[in-house]
This record gives sequence, structure tokens and C-alpha cells, in this order.
Amino acid sequence: MAELNTDEGGGGKKKHSKQRAKKSSTRIDMTPMVDLGFLLLTFFILTTTFSKPKAMEINMPVKDKDLTDAEKNKVPAEHTLNMILTKDNVVYWYFGVADPNKPLPALNKSNFSKDGIRKVLIAENNKRHNAFKQIEDWKKEVAAGKLEEADYKEKVKAFRAQYKTSSLIVLLKPDKDAKYKNVVDALDEMAICNIGSYALLEANQVEDMMVANANTYK
Amino acid sequence: MPKIKMPKSSPSIDMTPMVDLAFLLVTFFMLISQFRAEEAAVIDMPSSVSDLVIPDKDIMMILVDKDDKVFFTVTGQDTRRNVLEKMGEKYKVTFTEEQKKEFSNMSSFGVPIRQLPAYLDAGSPEKKKAIQDQSKGIPLDSVACELCDWVFYSRIGAPKYRVAIKGDQAASYPAIRRVMDILQEKKVNKFNLITNMETGSAE
Repeated sequence: MAELNTDEGGGGKKKHSKQRAKKSSTRIDMTPMVDLGFLLLTFFILTTTFSKPKAMEINMPVKDKDLTDAEKNKVPAEHTLNMILTKDNVVYWYFGVADPNKPLPALNKSNFSKDGIRKVLIAENNKRHNAFKQIEDWKKEVAAGKLEEADYKEKVKAFRAQYKTSSLIVLLKPDKDAKYKNVVDALDEMAICNIGSYALLEANQVEDMMVANANTYK
Repeated sequence: MPKIKMPKSSPSIDMTPMVDLAFLLVTFFMLISQFRAEEAAVIDMPSSVSDLVIPDKDIMMILVDKDDKVFFTVTGQDTRRNVLEKMGEKYKVTFTEEQKKEFSNMSSFGVPIRQLPAYLDAGSPEKKKAIQDQSKGIPLDSVACELCDWVFYSRIGAPKYRVAIKGDQAASYPAIRRVMDILQEKKVNKFNLITNMETGSAE
């Protein structure tokens, strides 16, 4: 192109000097290569996905049809926290069991913010063998590299086995107005608050009624 | 008076550093990128602190969009083909060779099996979307639970597959619960909920 060697001329010289090999310029036109480069760059920038979706694993209890209702409900009431998830990201929580034949427990209203249900869960979990703090300490040790991941899991497992009957149990009960997001948020809170035993259930009629009441007389 | 002639600078500039950088970026994006198959549903996943990475293969996924429509997909071309054939036998729907091929190459779908041949023949994405929008997703009712059968035959064809639920934030809990119940009926008691990585706010 423009860089072609053109200063060959000087007719007279030709006779005397040897014919030299043409010195072609070392410059090449890079424009097409750059074009292609940027085209590819644009393409890959647009098509790439950075954040891989993550997953949370959930183990559902095996549905055993031979269990009687009495056996199914064998959860120590004083350690049971019920979370009813309902519309507008509201959580109602209460302790124990809502028995229609006895005075119903009062519902506490909360939400999924930092100062919402999380504070309650952490406080309650700490009340029982300091469970939240203990596991959190181990987590920090893992992060600092003082504790192996496998050892950590062993320790947590042993800790939970030791206090199996007296640790906090959370029953998650999304009602019919709950969104999937609420369920994931609630499961997330379980992970954040280091709660070992929780179950995903459905709100029963008594609880539906309690929520309806709470919505009416708020 | 003689004018001062400005030296004519060459209009070509040295592009080498720019090219270097461009190709460096190209290489970077080429290595990092992974192509996402186009999903039939737009799903805005909720976020969680969980950091379990889901595998790209050997997975069966049930998608629930914001209108509670249910979609299904399973990885592996051979698996998909087998599942489609078995479903065809059960529901007396015959698929042509082209339709089977189309099915084994596409991603998730959310139409009842009767509409599936038309969906597979549609060709252009626009037509597919039109069929998709008209249907109510894969039927879940206990009388004609097509999702149960999709899960069942996929489990037979590929017993080692993980099962994942990918739900939209706004999907209602009863719909998700129904999917979970179906999975449990099929003896799948362990499954994954696909979420995005939590960003900031929660901590």
C-alpha cells in the first residue's frame, strides 16, 4: 500500500551497482486485524456471563405414610419457633404450638431485614448453648485458615448431636400468599443464623386464622 | 515572505499497544465466557448466601416463572431423546425424527405434551414464543400430571442426575410446594434451589 518501496529510480546507478534485493518495509497494515480483534472483543463481552448461579441444597424429610400424627408432631414445644411467611414479605413468629383448644400464642410481626427476624433467631440460638456464637467462631477459624473445612463440619455435627434435644428448632410455614423469594430468604436466614434443625412445612388452618386476625387488628 | 512549513506528520499512529490490549481482552473473555443456552422462560432468581456451584451437566431442572408456569429441562442429548420417546409412548404422541432432533438440542420448554410437536416444528423463536405464551406451562394437576412423568422418565434414564428447582422471586409458594411434592412423590428428597449470589445489602 502506501508503504511500498518506491525509491528504486536513479536510472544511472543501475549500471554500476549490483542489483540489490528489494528492501520491503517491515510495516504491515494492522487495521483489519484490529477490526477483527475488536469485533471479537465486543462479541465476547456481550455474551459472557460472569456470575454463575449458585444453589442451596435442601433435604426434605422422607414422606413416611406409616407415621401417625402424634409421631409427626413430636417436636419439643419450648424450643420450637414457628415462622409464618405471608404476603408483602412479612413474617409472623411465635413459640410453641398453636393448639386450637388452648389460648393461642401471640404473633410477633417481623421481616427479612437485618434487624428483623435475624436478631430474634440469633438471640434465641445463643440462649441455647451459645450455639450461634460457637459455630460463628468456628467459621471464623476456618476463614483464618486455622481450622480445616472437614474438621469444622465434624465439630458442628458433634455439637448438634450433643444438644440435639435442646437446641432451637425452626418451623418455616409459608402460607398461600407467600412468594418463593420469602422461602429462599427464610432458608437463607437459617444458614446465616447457624440453625441446624429446621423444617419447611405448610401453615395450618389455625395459623391461617391467626394471620388473618393479625392482619385485621393491626 | 517564506511561510513556515509545518512538518507533515504521518497520519498513521502506532497501534501496537492498542492491539495488544485488545487481544489480551479477547483472550480473557474467550477463556472466561460460557455460553448460556436461551431459556424459554425469563426467570429472576432470588439471591442467597449459599455458595454451592451447580454443575453444568447431569442435572434436571424445573423452572417456575413469575406466573407460576412450569418449565422443564434435562441435560444430555441422548437422555432428552430417550425421555421424549418414552413420553410419546405414554401419551400416544408420535414425534418425527426432526422433532426428536430439535428436542434434543433445545433447552427448557413449558408446553403440554400435546402441543409439543407444534412447538418443535415452529422453527423461529418468535413462533415458539407465541405457542409458549398461549400454553399454561407443563400441567401439574394430579389427574394429568405431565411433570410427574417427565421427572419419572428422566430419573429412569439418568438416575444419577441432580434435581434443581429454579424459581422466580415472585413465584407463589403453593406452586413451588406443588413441584416439591411431585418430586417427593417420585422419591426425590434432596434437591437444589438455584439462586443468585447475594450482593451486599444483606450483610
